[in-house]
Amino acid sequence: MAIVNLQDVTYKYPLTEEPAIRNIHLQVEEGEFVAIVGPNGAGKSTLCYTLSGFIPHFFKGELNGTVEIAGVETQKSSLDEWVLNVGLAFQNPFNQISGSKFTVYEEIAFGLENIGVPRGEMKARVEAAMAMTAISDLADRSPYSLSGGQQQRVALTSILVMEPKVLVLDEPTSQMDPIGTREVFQVIKEMSARGMTVILVEHKIEWIAEFADRVIALHNGEILLEGTPGEVLTSPLLPERGFGISRYTSVARTASGQGLWPGDRRLPITLQEAVDGFARDRK
Amino acid sequence: MRIVVNELHHTYPAGVEALRGISLVIEAGEQVAMVGQNGAGKTTLVKHFNGLLQPTQGSVHIGDWDTREHAVSQLAARVGYVFQNPDEQLFTKNVHDEVAFGPRNLGYSPERIERLVEDALALTELTDKKETNPYDLSSTWRKMVALASIISMDTPVVIFDEPTTGQDAANIARIANVVRVLRERGKTVITITHDIDFCAENFERIIALAQGRVLLDGPANDVLAEDELLATTYVDPPQLTRLGKRLGLPVTVRDEEQFLAAYREFIGTEK
Repeated sequence: MAIVNLQDVTYKYPLTEEPAIRNIHLQVEEGEFVAIVGPNGAGKSTLCYTLSGFIPHFFKGELNGTVEIAGVETQKSSLDEWVLNVGLAFQNPFNQISGSKFTVYEEIAFGLENIGVPRGEMKARVEAAMAMTAISDLADRSPYSLSGGQQQRVALTSILVMEPKVLVLDEPTSQMDPIGTREVFQVIKEMSARGMTVILVEHKIEWIAEFADRVIALHNGEILLEGTPGEVLTSPLLPERGFGISRYTSVARTASGQGLWPGDRRLPITLQEAVDGFARDRK
Repeated sequence: MRIVVNELHHTYPAGVEALRGISLVIEAGEQVAMVGQNGAGKTTLVKHFNGLLQPTQGSVHIGDWDTREHAVSQLAARVGYVFQNPDEQLFTKNVHDEVAFGPRNLGYSPERIERLVEDALALTELTDKKETNPYDLSSTWRKMVALASIISMDTPVVIFDEPTTGQDAANIARIANVVRVLRERGKTVITITHDIDFCAENFERIIALAQGRVLLDGPANDVLAEDELLATTYVDPPQLTRLGKRLGLPVTVRDEEQFLAAYREFIGTEK
């Protein structure tokens, strides 16, 4: 049963002429991990806003088609009902921090306060979420005194603590070093393993290759390709249309043109696949 | 213009010792990438190059100037600094004025300013956007405006702080092209980056910092070969370096061309 169901969705921001996304059909199963890739301006963030109800509840403009999550249509529900189903971590964490709280701890409790969670339960949930994303030591800091990478962890934690059915993440690790990125992906993977549905926008292809069940390639507001990571990320369409791809894929494509990659083998998307292909060719 | 860093220490007012004795020389026209985990001291170090920070101990010379004896406004003529987040440096109402602001402040002649602005706009592919308000541009193009507004100052040293963060493939290629052109013009280019693939493909020398000290410093291939040391400062070697190592190639490689050349030779010797 699909928990996310988009039927022929087209959206145009106010005062613009061209839709930012158009004719989007998308079904996501409960517990699925879906990654969205695309060049800047492809409509990735707009799709995140549409899934999370910011479109049409915050951004006005023109929304056509139906957006349904857990059986409820976005246009027929209010934003405060919607946030119980879907959580969005923004691309820029600075836009997410409430500005009304003095400490990280209060910032993370803010969403739970708003939905009237009892004090004891609130404390337990906040502390568990902070432990999960390894920010317990930041509890008493001001959210504004943190580095970009730390702010991103706080933003993610403030969403996880709400325990949404669907987690929407817009480049959640863009300001982190490789170790921070790895830790956050492990948290996301764990949430996914617990049955949370994850929709992730990401430029770091290596992580998508490792974690996603399905990849959607967005281009000029439309779905260009959709399938398993192996199918989508090795398509020759991606580099032609300005998508970033893994170095493993691109080097194997060049090698293939020079007879150095086995012709019957799909191009690699991970280190292991690249090792297997190049090592096999050697024999 | 030569940069000489001698036994540099920096302790922040809160007591954090961010730099613990750094010595290095960057020759005029070198392309250097600084890597290392968050908190290793990369940004603290380069903020000494344009005087935003002053040494607690030790010294930094930019050419014949000791940075302790020159104001930030003077050092701006020698060292340009592109911030990680373009929104921290953009403030005028159109792209042209933004890019002209730096050279105007340096007191260049109107003709020279116009020439530098046109050149910086062309190099960053912004010529057709010069009348646009920077905040009406996508974050991708705002990044290019931030680059252009520093390139137009024509400083001998240019610093890029995390230039590829949040950028797509097309824009990373544009930024790589800017680095290449600046190299051809003899500029010193220094970047701070977590994007190790970008670093490997565009910079000849890599300095890895760890806990306020220099961990590794040398030609890119030599530094990238030290995967165990790099891991201590949370740096993973580039994808193709890792692939070459796993396959057992006898040399360290860091881009597609090097990988394929080494691989072809490797297969040949096996036969």
